[in-house]
Amino acid sequence: MFAYYLDLAIRSLKRNRLLTVLMVLAIAIGIGASMTTLTVMHILSGDPLPGKSAHVFYAQVDGDPTPDYSHREPPDMLDYQSAVDLWSAHRADRQALLVDSQIKARSPDAGRPPLMLMMLSTTWDFFPMFDAPFEYGSAWSAQDEAGRAHVAVISSDLNDKLFGGQDSVGKSLRLGDADVRIVGVLKPWRPSPLFYAVRGGRFANGDTAGYYIKPEDVFTPFFTGLEINDGNFQPFNCWSPPPKPGHLVHSPCNWVALWVQLDSSAKVAAYRDFMDGYATEQKALGRIGYTETRLRNLMQWLDFNHIVPRNAKLQTWLAFAFLAICLFNTVGLLLAKFLRRAGEIGVRRALGASRRSVFAQCLTEAGLIGLIGGIGGWLLTLVGLWLVRRQQTPYSDMVHTDVPMFLATFVLAVAVSLLAGALPALRASRIAPALQLKTL
Amino acid sequence: MQIQPILSALKKHRLATALIALEIALACAVLCNACYLIAGRLSAMRINSGVDETSLGFLALQGFDASQASDLNARVVAGLRAIPGVESVHVINSVPFGPQAGAVGITLDQAGKQFRGVPELYVGDPGTPKALGLQLVAGRMPTADDYQPMTTFVPASSRVLIARALAEHLWPGQDPLGKEFWSGPFHFRVIGVVANLAIQQYDEEGEHGAQWTAFVPAQPGPQLAGTYLIRANPQDLDRVMTEAKAAMARIAPDAVVDQEGSQTIRELRQRFFKTDRAMAGLLVGVIVALLGVTAFGIVGLASFWVAQRRKQIGIRRALGATRADILRYFQTENFLIVTFGIVLGIVLAIGINLALMKFFEVPRLPLWYLPIGVLALWLLGQLAVLVPALRAAAVPPVVATRSA
Repeated sequence: MFAYYLDLAIRSLKRNRLLTVLMVLAIAIGIGASMTTLTVMHILSGDPLPGKSAHVFYAQVDGDPTPDYSHREPPDMLDYQSAVDLWSAHRADRQALLVDSQIKARSPDAGRPPLMLMMLSTTWDFFPMFDAPFEYGSAWSAQDEAGRAHVAVISSDLNDKLFGGQDSVGKSLRLGDADVRIVGVLKPWRPSPLFYAVRGGRFANGDTAGYYIKPEDVFTPFFTGLEINDGNFQPFNCWSPPPKPGHLVHSPCNWVALWVQLDSSAKVAAYRDFMDGYATEQKALGRIGYTETRLRNLMQWLDFNHIVPRNAKLQTWLAFAFLAICLFNTVGLLLAKFLRRAGEIGVRRALGASRRSVFAQCLTEAGLIGLIGGIGGWLLTLVGLWLVRRQQTPYSDMVHTDVPMFLATFVLAVAVSLLAGALPALRASRIAPALQLKTL
Repeated sequence: MQIQPILSALKKHRLATALIALEIALACAVLCNACYLIAGRLSAMRINSGVDETSLGFLALQGFDASQASDLNARVVAGLRAIPGVESVHVINSVPFGPQAGAVGITLDQAGKQFRGVPELYVGDPGTPKALGLQLVAGRMPTADDYQPMTTFVPASSRVLIARALAEHLWPGQDPLGKEFWSGPFHFRVIGVVANLAIQQYDEEGEHGAQWTAFVPAQPGPQLAGTYLIRANPQDLDRVMTEAKAAMARIAPDAVVDQEGSQTIRELRQRFFKTDRAMAGLLVGVIVALLGVTAFGIVGLASFWVAQRRKQIGIRRALGATRADILRYFQTENFLIVTFGIVLGIVLAIGINLALMKFFEVPRLPLWYLPIGVLALWLLGQLAVLVPALRAAAVPPVVATRSA
């Protein structure tokens, strides 16, 4: 029966080509716009650490001793003292301190000009906690970390640039005025967003595209990094000016991030108690002024930072408003089309077709329009994504579609057209046979 | 023209009428809000930076040793001045649309109680205000002894120029000359007011603060080094910038020229508003596609109605209605449907705007955007219905005598 309906649908679509083209075009444009923005949203709002994000937490303590201003929420980063205290207690399953800074780098072998790189100074747990994949070598050891060894892990991008993609483990790299030995090279790694560096989103007014940048090019042990790049650190905020700009150890500034991994809810509760206890103790000692602490898991932290750029959200709303208009349009046109065939439907009904079969026939036609519209919509999605890539946002290089999104395009297109066809088909199936036959 | 018969005819096609009206309502709502968003982006892009953008360029060096800073400044400034076509070179911390370099929270009292927001400070060496092209509206420009050496990011106590907008914010209705403000231990006294000077990283939501700026005169040194303002004739500027970047790489082989950040202010501005331009373009595209789809819907449905009513039209013509009567019938019908849609659309437009205000911090939609949307849709409806209506008017009266 379905084959017969399909045959009827194709005939009907051929009969009034202009109307068919209009409907297919409306669906294709609507689907194209929606799928483009949905693909971007899918990339921007995904879980950057699937399977693990619920167990990774961002710790916040308020190290500011000054009594004025409102302190309802602890600052987005920690001061040096609090960060190192919390970290060295080792109360979590894994814990990593993170500080970002810009550093001048050169490879001693190659005669190329120096370049400025972003360096992440962090502790050993960073790599296993965030599943950073290694191409060559491995992370530095605990002894390296304790001994402030001059070692580094580099990104695959930097390895390609300086060493032509060869195994560069054991080679040296000049960072600032220090020579460091490369102990590991990462595989291409592109978390979206660069979740561990997210902070300050509530002050960004929706301009959050910068959170989708690539990871840093150089990773050094935390204390090694602080030593070799001393004088070049930027604070997140300060409650009074640092005595020596760029040198932030024991300065009145917040500039260190602490991520911890806690594998059970009991451990999470215990860690919260530990942080509260720490803040209370420090307040009693008079070092800090507020005992507010926060421990948000990865997704909560991203959410708190309003991670999805405002423009991307606005585009999604626009696309769906647009799809809704296309939907209304298609309903109107299908209604016109089906009711115009009232005579034909009347004859079918008089010859014994049930309402159900008229309804099914009309829906088949609507579904077919959706399917053709889906093909057009898919092509327009590709065009749309190409346009997004051309915008040169930090996340442009990640904007690609995949099989689930390809299938989603057709599911959405057919669903939309069936939705659009339901009402007109219902009306068509209600046509009284006798009335139509009389006018023939 | 009688509206009664049209209304009773529409009653027979309640569903189709409602659909078209709904489509128009949605189109009206999206149209008003999209136009408003476009206008917002465009007005942001017109921000007055207060400096001579076409003659100025910004150059940045990174990765040099702070202990070498004074020597580096001297060599770079001398080297850049030697480039033919350069009018002047100054050490400055940043420029409008350049990197954010001097955002500080300020208070009106030394104790730090009366907090008044976070303006951005420009710090520059002697002659910088003139090179920037700042327009003094009150007070005086800094003189040689106002330019003091500094050990941290500004001198301990400085005599500054402030933008008019900041003066009005800090001391509404008062003479700002001679007034003081503090940032932690740093003290500032106002000696002059300039007409305009935009902040470095302009932010749409902070529009009220877009001109909250001050110029702090200072001597170059370890805390003011590596970033330079270059002024040249607008025709020479592009060539001067290319030569300047090459010259800096030659003068300071140990430092790294920030290729991305070293641009003319015009280019920095272009780049700064790139996403806004893209977004405005996208919104225009959406509006065009939206109006197109709506027009198609009207054409489709009106054609269907004309075909369905061929016989009635013939009868009316046979009974004496002129072609103009028939034409006007369909036009009025369309006008009525579009009007239903618009009434609903205005409610929806305000609703969407309230949602945007909540989730995207967009300001309230000015009411005069509504008539624009209304007029556009009326016009669109009339244009779209014209072809089907003309076809209706062309139906000959003789149709009435035919049986089907």
